[in-house]
Parts: sequence; C-alpha cells; structure tokens
Amino acid sequence: MHGNRFRHNFLTALLLAPATAWLVVFLVLPFIAIAIFSVGERAPEGGYQAAFTFAQYANLPARATAFWNTMVLAPVGALACLLVAYPVAYYLALRAPARWRLILLALVVIPFWTSLLMRTYAWMYILGGRGIPALLAFVGIEDVRLINTPGAVLLGIVYGYLPLMILPIYVSLERLDRRLLEASADLGATPLSTFVGVTLKLSLPGVMTGFSLVMILLLGEYLIPTLLGGGKVFFIGNALVDLFLQSRNWPFGSAIAITLVAVSVVVLIAANRISTRVSGARRVDLI
Amino acid sequence: MTAVPDIEFRGVTKRYGAVTAVSGIDLAIPPSAFVALLGPSGCGKTTCLRMIGGFEQPSEGQVFIRGQDMAGTPPYRRPVNMVFQQYALFPHLDVEANVSYGLRQARPRLSSQEIGRRAGEALEMVRLAGYGGRKIHELSGGQQQRVALARALVNKPAVLLLDEPLAALDKKLRTDMQIELQNLQREIGITFVLVTHDQEEALSMSDFVCVMNGGRIVQLGQPSEIYDEPADLFVADFVGKTNLLSGTVTGHSGDLVDIALADGTVIAARKRTALRQGETVSVSLRPESLSLGAPAGGPLKGIVRNRIFLGSTAEYAIEVQGIGTLLAKADHLIGQGNLFKPGEPVAIGYASGTPLAFPETKNNGTNQRVNQHVEIIS
Repeated sequence: MHGNRFRHNFLTALLLAPATAWLVVFLVLPFIAIAIFSVGERAPEGGYQAAFTFAQYANLPARATAFWNTMVLAPVGALACLLVAYPVAYYLALRAPARWRLILLALVVIPFWTSLLMRTYAWMYILGGRGIPALLAFVGIEDVRLINTPGAVLLGIVYGYLPLMILPIYVSLERLDRRLLEASADLGATPLSTFVGVTLKLSLPGVMTGFSLVMILLLGEYLIPTLLGGGKVFFIGNALVDLFLQSRNWPFGSAIAITLVAVSVVVLIAANRISTRVSGARRVDLI
Repeated sequence: MTAVPDIEFRGVTKRYGAVTAVSGIDLAIPPSAFVALLGPSGCGKTTCLRMIGGFEQPSEGQVFIRGQDMAGTPPYRRPVNMVFQQYALFPHLDVEANVSYGLRQARPRLSSQEIGRRAGEALEMVRLAGYGGRKIHELSGGQQQRVALARALVNKPAVLLLDEPLAALDKKLRTDMQIELQNLQREIGITFVLVTHDQEEALSMSDFVCVMNGGRIVQLGQPSEIYDEPADLFVADFVGKTNLLSGTVTGHSGDLVDIALADGTVIAARKRTALRQGETVSVSLRPESLSLGAPAGGPLKGIVRNRIFLGSTAEYAIEVQGIGTLLAKADHLIGQGNLFKPGEPVAIGYASGTPLAFPETKNNGTNQRVNQHVEIIS
C-alpha cells in the first residue's frame, strides 16, 4: 500500500516534470531575472548592473506616450475585435446548420496556420499603393490613403486576433441552454429582449475570456502597428524592443515589462469579476 | 360544448422532413380543464404542446387559442405560458427576477411596485414567499419546480402548458406535487395541459386524458374511462398493468364473445370492435380483477411463482400451464391469512365483464384503427 502510493506519486511527478521544467526555465526564471533587472541600474556600456533602486519605475513617465497609446490601442482593438467576432460566433453557434458548423469553424481557425507576420505583410500589400488604392484610382477615386493610418492598424488587429475572440464566445454560446431562449420568448420577451436579457448575459464569460485574451496580447503587440501603422505611433511593445535591443537599457525595459504584467493581471481580475457578477456563473474559464 | 374551447387543433399535422411527428389531429380542450397528453416517447405529445406554445409551426392544419387562429403568432404574443422540462430557469437571475421576468416584458411597462407585488403573490401561491433573493442553484429540485410554476403563472396565462413537469422529482415529492398542481388548477381555474409519459401521473391529476400513439390521438376520455374502457390494445397495455392473453374467437353470446385461450379455457369477454369468428384476439385482464382461491374452483389453475408484498396489497406472479405467467393483485386483509406462498397451487377467477377482447394488431395496423376510435369519441 505504502509502496504503491509512492509509485503513484512518483509517476505523477514524472509526468508533470517536463511541463514544470519548461515553465520554470522559460517563464519563472526569466520573470525573476526581469524583476531583479527592474530594480537595477544600466551598466555604462549597456545591459544590467546590480543595484537596488526604484529609479527605473520613477522614470516610467518618460514613456508615458507609449503607455498611453497602448492603453488606448489594446481596449479599442479588443472592442473592435469583439464587435466583429460576436455576430460570427452567434451565427456559428445558434444559426448555422449543424452539418456546416464544423467546416465554418475550421475556416475561422485555418488562417492561424500561416504566420501572422506573413499575413500582415499581405495586408501591407493590399492596403499599400499598389493594392486597394490603385483599384480605387482605376475607378476614378484618387489619393486614397489606407496604409500607415490608425484604421489600417485596427483592421490588422481585428484580422489577426479574430479567431481568439470568436472561439471562446462560440463555446459559451454553444453551451447555452436553448430552452432558456424559448422560456424567455414564452414569457413574452421579444427576440431583442431575449438577446439582451439572456443570450448576451449568459455568453459574457466567453466574451470576457476573449476580450481579456486579445487585450493582453495587444498590450505587448508591436508587429501590426509597426507594419501597418508605419511605426510612427509608439507602443509599449516598440519601447521594449528599443530598450532591450537598441539602447540596451535593460533595467528600464524590465521595469516597463513588469508594469505591463501588473496591468495584465488587473485586467484579468476585473474581467473575471464582471462576468461572474453579470452571468451569475460560479466560475469563469480563462482558456 | 357551447363555450369556445381554450385550445383547439383542427387537422394538425407536423412533419420533420420525412418523419411525421403528429398526424391529422383534431382536439378541443374545454375551458378550465386539466388535460393530460399521455403517450410513449415519440408519440407526438410534446410536439403538440410546443405547437400550442408557438415553438413549432404545424405543417398542416390550425391551432386555435380561445378561438384565435395562432398561425404566424410568435411565442411571445401567445396568451399561454409553459413550465419547461427541467424547468429552464434563468441561472443568472435570482428567484424573484426569474418570477418577475414575464412581468418586466409587459408593454406598456408595469410600475416596479406592481411587478414586486405580483411576483410576491406568485411566490406566495407556490409557497415560496421569502425565497425571492435565493440563487437558482441554491434551490432543491422541488423548489425549482415551484419557481418555474410561479414564473409561468405570473403573467396570468389563458392556458398553462406543462412539459413533463414532475419527471425530475423523486417519487415522494412527485406525489406531493401532483396534489399541489391539482389544487392550484382548481384555485386559479385556468386550463392546464400536461404532457407526460407516466400513465399514473396522467390518471391521478387530470380531468381528461388524451392518449397518443404514433402521432395520433388513440383515446380521449376521463381517467376512469381510459382505464376501464380502453379503446384498443395499445391503450389497454399502456395505461395501467394488465395481462394480455392470446386467444381465438369461438362464439358470440349477446354483447360478449367467447375466446378460447391457448390451453383451451374459454373466457367470456367484452369487445370494443366487431370481431369475426375465428379471429385471433388479445384478452386484457387487469391484475386487480383477478381473484385467487382454493385450487378447486376457478376457470384457470396455476402455481404461485413470486409474491410481491406491497403492504395493503400483494402482487402474485402465477404460472398457468399453456398460457404463461399472469399477474394478480389481491388485497391484503389483516388477520385473514389470505397470502399465498410461492409454489402453492391456486385457482384464478375473474369478475364477469372485466375481460376485454381486442383484435391483435401488428405495429402497422395500429394507426388505421386509431382513426376509427377518434371518430367514435368526437
């Protein structure tokens, strides 16, 4: 009996070891390193020099613009994503014929098989001078500028993150008990009030999962703004690349990174609270 | 019937692709009645209920509610409310908000005092006053059932539809709720239409039972009629327990027919339809119409195989040579020692006029005869 339990525990440990090792080496240790860097000083030749100071954090306002831009881009981008994703998820879960559902769902996911970089380059071409503007010029609409505008960035974001938003919303709508919709109609609710009072509220856990997922990824996004926004607007992602790779101010970069993680955690907790309260769910799944 | 029926089906057929779920149903439900739609799963009873509620549209025919043709009227404009199977309560709302949901849909809007008062009344009616703030998942099955009732009744519907409302409750609670539903129906006086596959539930609660099979109405009548005078073999077999014995028609004597059973015993049985000489029939003998006695008397002789003691009564499985096993039910009279033991030989008697003979049918034959019976009823 005793030996048995030992063997059982040993087996569990063995199975968990690779994942644990992976997380420790590539997530926990780097995170600790970044936390330590963030209270250090920049070595004269760049990099990190041991110290204990909050000077880096005090210096955060120097990058206030990047923070501000990110804090606007992330929620606005996630919201745009949500507005496009919800009708798609709704159609897939509640309206699409059952035999088409799997195929349509696969179509949502398939673009993920190509790298985001490639797909964003494709958008550069489509929105660039030889893309849509050239087509518009052909029919007589001259001087349309699409690339390097905030609109292009938003479009790129919606395009790139749409599946991440659609899937959790789809799952929560799929799980929705259809009889609740019938009960609502039975009690005199018009289709619109049923949607607002039942469907939307009960799909909120999925909405919040998708929203926080996309928003957190957007907090660190720098590829799409760089390629489609022309790199004129600076985001935290750009700031981090710049600080770690160009000016080699690791401690300041680390302080920004830590702040970003803190913001992400706050967003997650807030999203969780909101959806728990409104949908009455006892648990919210964050993928 | 001079009053406008609360619910009326006229030639209603419902097809799903190649499958016909409901086939040419004519039915009128009088006001203030408690009606049960009874039948095995797939008989079309739930489809009928959902057509009243507006969740399904008839492929042919019309459904009327209080004389109004409901074609094209969506569920939210129909003066009926439903208690759903497993209740379908809103998990994100508390008890009070679930109950007042229907009131909050009213246009012009009701005042919040009015909503609160009426929701409170509805909760009181189902004896859940003070539970308004509870979460749905904090309630027991029986309490959820009552919230569903209050929610459906709060809008004062013309007809209350109940879809297998007691199926999820345990036996004790189910019996309590049967009585409660019956009282509630008498108290508020509106029509209740109950869908159930449980014949006991249908017989015990309703004023009328509408037995359905294969998408058609097989028999409509008061519970006692359904039980005592089943229209056909299906009803006899489906409603209550019965012994079905195979035999051949050997003669007619007035209203009765003589049936020769497999072992040669001749039983005088009543008939529901004309039977030909030599026709193969099934004779239905209710367990409680059988009497057990000393081995000498009685037309059928057998040996007790099992005894199921049920307190006030006892059920016996009796093996009869050449016929099979019969189920008999006998009252258990205290101190009379009338309990038979397994292995004991007994004679089986039956009260005259209780055996009922039906033509034996294959599955396909049922539907044709069914039509005939609906005509007899209407």
